[in-house]
Amino acid sequence: MAYVAIADRDDPHAMHHPKSFVTRYIWSQDHKVIAIQYSLIAIAVGLVALVLSGMMRLQLGFPDTFSFIDPADYYQFITMHGMIMVIYLLTALLLGGFGNYLIPLMVGARDMVFPYMNMLSVWVYLLAVIVLMASFFVPGGPTGAGWTLYPPQAISEGTPGASWGIILMLLSLAIFIVAFTMGGLNYVTTVLQARCRGMTLMRMPLSVWGIFMATVLGLLAFPALFVSAVMMALDSLIGTSFFMPAIVSLGETSSHEGGSPILFQHLFWFFGHPEVYIVALPAFGIVSDLLSTHARKNIFGYRMMVWAIIAIGGLSFVVWAHHMYVSGMNPYFGFFFATTTLIIAVPTAIKVYNWILTLWRGDIHLTVPMLFSIGFIFTFIHGGLTGLFLGNVVVDVPLSDTYFVVGHFHMVMGVSPILVIFGAIYHWYPKITGKMYNDFLGKAHFWLTLLGTYSIYLPMHYLGILGVPRRYFAMGTTDFIPESAQAMNAGITISAIIVAVVQVIFIVNMIWSYFKGKDAGGNPWRATTLEWQTPQTPPEHGNWGEKLPVVYRWAYDYSVPGAKEDFIPQNEPPEPGVVAGREHGVEHT
Amino acid sequence: MAIAVVLILLVVGSVIFHFWSPWWFTPIASNWGMIDDTVNLTFWVTGIVFVLINLFMAYCIIRFRHRKGNKAAYEPENKKLEIWLTVITSIGVAALLAPGLLVWAKVVTVPEGAMEVEAVGQQWAWSYRYPGNDGVFGTTSIRHVTAKNPFGVDPDDPNGQDDVLVDGKHMHLPMGQPVKLLLRSKDVLHNFTVPQFRVKMDLVPGMVSYIWLTPTRTGKFDVLCEELCGLAHFAMRSKVVVQEQNDFDAWLATQPTFASATERMEPDLASGQASYAVCGACHGAQGEGNAMLNAPKLAGQNSWYIEQQLKNYKSGVRGYHEGDIYGRQMAPMAGTLVDDKAIANVSAYIATLPEKRVSDTIIGNTRRGKDLYRTCGTCHGDDGRGIWATHAPRLKNMDDWYLKRQLENFKAGIRGSHPDDPFGQQMVLMSPILGDEQAIDDLVAYLGAL
Repeated sequence: MAYVAIADRDDPHAMHHPKSFVTRYIWSQDHKVIAIQYSLIAIAVGLVALVLSGMMRLQLGFPDTFSFIDPADYYQFITMHGMIMVIYLLTALLLGGFGNYLIPLMVGARDMVFPYMNMLSVWVYLLAVIVLMASFFVPGGPTGAGWTLYPPQAISEGTPGASWGIILMLLSLAIFIVAFTMGGLNYVTTVLQARCRGMTLMRMPLSVWGIFMATVLGLLAFPALFVSAVMMALDSLIGTSFFMPAIVSLGETSSHEGGSPILFQHLFWFFGHPEVYIVALPAFGIVSDLLSTHARKNIFGYRMMVWAIIAIGGLSFVVWAHHMYVSGMNPYFGFFFATTTLIIAVPTAIKVYNWILTLWRGDIHLTVPMLFSIGFIFTFIHGGLTGLFLGNVVVDVPLSDTYFVVGHFHMVMGVSPILVIFGAIYHWYPKITGKMYNDFLGKAHFWLTLLGTYSIYLPMHYLGILGVPRRYFAMGTTDFIPESAQAMNAGITISAIIVAVVQVIFIVNMIWSYFKGKDAGGNPWRATTLEWQTPQTPPEHGNWGEKLPVVYRWAYDYSVPGAKEDFIPQNEPPEPGVVAGREHGVEHT
Repeated sequence: MAIAVVLILLVVGSVIFHFWSPWWFTPIASNWGMIDDTVNLTFWVTGIVFVLINLFMAYCIIRFRHRKGNKAAYEPENKKLEIWLTVITSIGVAALLAPGLLVWAKVVTVPEGAMEVEAVGQQWAWSYRYPGNDGVFGTTSIRHVTAKNPFGVDPDDPNGQDDVLVDGKHMHLPMGQPVKLLLRSKDVLHNFTVPQFRVKMDLVPGMVSYIWLTPTRTGKFDVLCEELCGLAHFAMRSKVVVQEQNDFDAWLATQPTFASATERMEPDLASGQASYAVCGACHGAQGEGNAMLNAPKLAGQNSWYIEQQLKNYKSGVRGYHEGDIYGRQMAPMAGTLVDDKAIANVSAYIATLPEKRVSDTIIGNTRRGKDLYRTCGTCHGDDGRGIWATHAPRLKNMDDWYLKRQLENFKAGIRGSHPDDPFGQQMVLMSPILGDEQAIDDLVAYLGAL
């Protein structure tokens, strides 16, 4: 049989629609169901991490008050909080959740190219989460090595969870990477092979570009973490010396000899820095689409935005050692990595300019997704600029390992992507459920979250400049930290608890609106991209009914002069007499 | 609209916070003022960008918010504007990077003639080594590390014999003298940080890293570990004393060298026994302790711990606080031991005393005590045997009333707050996890059951 391009396979009867509850909602191969499964697991485990952060804030804000938090607990909380948030929440939610939901719908495909593997991906991800959670119940508890898991500490006595906890962590990471790889190959193949007619790469919505590039980064970066997890497990279990030099730990001489702890750091950050962009790039893409839709204006400088995503993705592989300026590596590396790191600021700044220039001369509807997008721009500018401190090697030195770093990375890869995720959930909620969320609750959620998080993280930068070190269970007395810093810490804790509690508003809104929300209709935002043009809302299995859509224009034909409406869907054929958009600045007629 | 107003308020608020917050760099005590300059430069450049971009965004929101009949402009690209923005950003970034790299070049280049000092990290203590009169460090190996040779100096290396060892005490540096700090770890990653010096670096087991600086101000500064190194990471502290060259030289001359520290003869047990007669009056002839006289059991305690505590009593590092009534009784007693050798002898003698089971006087919930002990056990050993490397004494089968009193003293800062008692300070930092008297009783009851 001759090969037929995926975009030309119109027959929906070949799709084998699921018939039972189990195949529809549990062992489902529908990308939309898998997306929701991914998202629910990620949000559930994220709530665990949120509670952990509340516990550690209690200790920091009110030391000597809570006897149920001892130093081992504290280090276990920070470790699990960090790892869960970065990997099991953000990566899983942005790629497994949004990637799964949006890619096929936005590129006009019926599903992922390998639906069965897609289904395996989410269940293997769940297994990774279960293994991780199991570490709370093993002897010694979860690892308390910090989310960076640096050896020799991570596998030495003297660190909480150095026997069972760390092994389960490494195992869980390895399983997660298997899950990610199955999903990731799917996303990449789907974007490259399953786009509908007319959907050229340079017509794809930036959400797809961001998720696509992030997936490519993940596929290249996660193997570094995988091998380091395997090597560290071998060091711990059978006494190899990949990362373990000869040491005397707590009076006991080890049998290791000649391993390099810094090798682990290189491997870890070769994964770890691209990981920042695995989280950031989908957020960049999604926020571009939210801004454009709700400002009723094309994204400014689309081609520049695409190239910036590609440039950032590429550069993200040559900046990793900026996490290691004070690691004891050859200090001359600092020249190279400071330079590459500051270069990455240029494409990143361009993205920020283009978001704001999208607002410029727009018709800005201050909907909940728009508010979250604006909040994101604000926090991202803040976090991006403090990155210029930490990227510039000599400026980093006094600030490294202090609360400045904690403030910076929470602002740039905690708060910022989370604001985009919330904006995106509110934005696509009507498509996913067919119902509109409650606007008042959405706005309340936004205001409390934005102001609350800013009041948590802004002061942390200043505590860091003062020299307050991170990862301290208690400061005790020092001769350079004034009483006022402890008062500030108490204030930060109160903000953190408020922010954590107000997330209940979000959950209530999601559940209440699902049952009681107003019907949203198929395209409540009057958006151009394909997912809003599906014949049913929520889209059914196969997405498009009998015929796949055909795309005639880019994703940003908002407020085209002469058009009847202020948006023209991508699948709307050109109309004689109307300038069919000026995709990429080129006039088409 | 509200969002635009809030954005403006956040920008203004951030600027006010920046200038009015009481938290800023500690007053510098090294030559690295130019690091502060690069930080300040970065603050100005990024601060201006922060204000301008956010105010522009707020303006856009106000000016172009949706009102009836509004329509957005249609402008996919503007090549000229995009090129301009790229060029200006690149110039701004280069303006931050160039001075940063120039200063970094100075940071990595150690000046000729810098004095070398070694800082050695271990879980969870700092110690320091000076090269001695020959100006050359003896080679070290992790395989040489023992309780008697905590630095792991090669005993056969002639260069090492005169190395000055400062074990578990403060580092001293002469003012105005460039110093290259060689950083070495015995176990896991650590980080040598003195906030007032600005430069910091990790200690990596298996290799030696370095930083250099010139102290510019006399005084005493905190040394912190800033690389997570296990359970007691936050309690891994020390101090650096910067003093005039003369004072420094005088201090250095009083410190033991590797040769003098290892030369110590076999302890003289007979002499130790003679000295012990004074101790035995309260602690009992067999070191069995006497609760009526508030004298704890000594038999079975690690001799290195007894030795250290006697030195602490003698030098006023322990028993200094008015609240420590029995500690203050002990201080003059320790004074009867004339020198370190006498202290070593009596400690060695105590180690020979036969051990008896102590009687329990405190009742508590041993299950809860076991939970609490997981923190303690990290340094003191799971079985409470005591670990020399962490300077943590034996807790097993020691008088419970004494342990309880000491925990209370640590919690109250009556013991361990002396600046020259780094291990006591660790207990001051750790003891607050025992929230109330019940917690102490539970813990001590668990120790009694070990």
